Amino acid sequence: MSAPTASLIHARNLTKRFATLTAVDGVDFDVAPGEAFGFLGPNGAGKTSTMRMIGCVSPRSEGQLSVLGMDPATSGPKIRSRLGVVPQQDTLDTELTVFENLLIYGRYFDLSYADARQRATELLEFVQLNERRDDLVEPLSGGMKRRLTIARGLINEPEIMLLDEPTTGLDPQARHLVWERLYRLKQRGVTLVLTTHYMDEAEQLCDRLVVMDKAKIVAEGSPRQLIERYATREVLELRFPVGVQETLDGQLDGLGERVEHLPDRVLVYAIDGEAAASAAHDRGLRPESVLVRRSSLEDVFLRLTGRTLVE
Amino acid sequence: MAIAGVRHLEHNLIVYRRVWRGTAFSTVLSPVLFLSAMGVALGSFVPQMTTFGGVSYIVFLAPGLLAAQAMQTSAIESSWPLLAGFKWGKTFEAAVATPQQPRDIVLGHLYWLFVRLTIVTGVFMLVMLAFGAVASPLVLLAWPAAVMTGLAFGMPLAAFTATQTNERAFPILFRFVITPLFLFSGTFFPIAQLPDAIEPVAWLTPLFHGVQLSRSLALGQDLDPLRLAVHAAVLLTLIVIGTLLAMRTFRRRLVV
Repeated sequence: MSAPTASLIHARNLTKRFATLTAVDGVDFDVAPGEAFGFLGPNGAGKTSTMRMIGCVSPRSEGQLSVLGMDPATSGPKIRSRLGVVPQQDTLDTELTVFENLLIYGRYFDLSYADARQRATELLEFVQLNERRDDLVEPLSGGMKRRLTIARGLINEPEIMLLDEPTTGLDPQARHLVWERLYRLKQRGVTLVLTTHYMDEAEQLCDRLVVMDKAKIVAEGSPRQLIERYATREVLELRFPVGVQETLDGQLDGLGERVEHLPDRVLVYAIDGEAAASAAHDRGLRPESVLVRRSSLEDVFLRLTGRTLVE
Repeated sequence: MAIAGVRHLEHNLIVYRRVWRGTAFSTVLSPVLFLSAMGVALGSFVPQMTTFGGVSYIVFLAPGLLAAQAMQTSAIESSWPLLAGFKWGKTFEAAVATPQQPRDIVLGHLYWLFVRLTIVTGVFMLVMLAFGAVASPLVLLAWPAAVMTGLAFGMPLAAFTATQTNERAFPILFRFVITPLFLFSGTFFPIAQLPDAIEPVAWLTPLFHGVQLSRSLALGQDLDPLRLAVHAAVLLTLIVIGTLLAMRTFRRRLVV
């Protein structure tokens, strides 16, 4: 298994063990230049541990890892000088202003003050925060802080941007603004590596992704490929009155390719959702609500793990 | 490439540029209060100190307080603010995602303590001068002695702080370590006044060495080179060991 020379990040049997748990258990993946690559999985799946190993702040326990053609174990600072990192929790300096946060971060990358100032000014423009330039960080909204953290991660013009749950906790409007900025970065040729437990985020941003569960990679592909492979084109969601779902046993069999019983509803995977719905009606079933939708990564995850992504 | 640790110092100076006015008041007020209450008011009850060549109490007291002030400043700088960098603001986590390494943060903290202690003890010495609590031009040498005293506390404490998951230990540390040292390390009275059994214990405390060094130099008395060298060596050893230990504990905390 030789490393494809084209890949910016190359991992084989990558493993991270802590005293009492294995956070990442022998994962393999490659990230190509210019790609937007995602780790999709629930909390505790090992996404953040993987990101920290790529970011050279967490030594691997086992396996191979190369980032930008170098080994994080021996070339940490050199690799980090070419990475941009957006951690899961904002680590902005609340004692400093918006502009000063960028300025000192530029200094950490050994930029001159003149260059750091210029980059900071450009980046505040890019993330639409120039009006808050001289404000302290604390009164900023969650979305603004996130954008500032992204700007900070870009101060060194990184080749790879590592984003750990970039939009968790943001309202829909703020999320779309972040997505839009990340999409622009991707267009500029920056390689994006991100983790998320939002299927829509993965579908919006990722060219390719791996699904992680319990420290392992359970599937890999483009969002479309994964949906085609693990789900049907459409999903019929049926909600029954309280107590009825438990009495259904077998009555839904054969309505679609597969039937999934969730605590609050039944999912029928079918090529034609409408047809499945009328077939259910013909069988005399009277659900409280009927919904036909396109299948999503959520369904892929459910298929692979038997659980939903966001509980 | 910059000198290791300089970036973290720059960070603290950028913060300091914003907050120095707030600290300036207490930096001046603290020596004024102590020297007037203990030095002038209490000192008026203390006869001329024959053991120290007949100087007045305030002249005896001031260099001791100088060293103690350095210890306290350094202890404060190396406890809550550092834990904030690890835990509350996580700014150290942000720093090590760049080419900066844990040891750069430790060195930066060492430089920062040096700057901060030089300012605080420098102001203290100006206040001493204003109170006429100066006996010899050698008093200028008490300045670096006090800075060393502060570093000898600050760096080992920095190493300790990196091992803490919460701030619970700090009040205990101040109550049961810093305050007793302040009171019983020869700051306010010569340790010869302590019961004989306890006197040797004073020799084990870093503040004692800092106070002795500052006082001997400030008063220009008792300048036995060997004794001064021992005091300085104890402080230097603590600074070096503390710095090396902090590099270890910072790495353990930040690279996991």
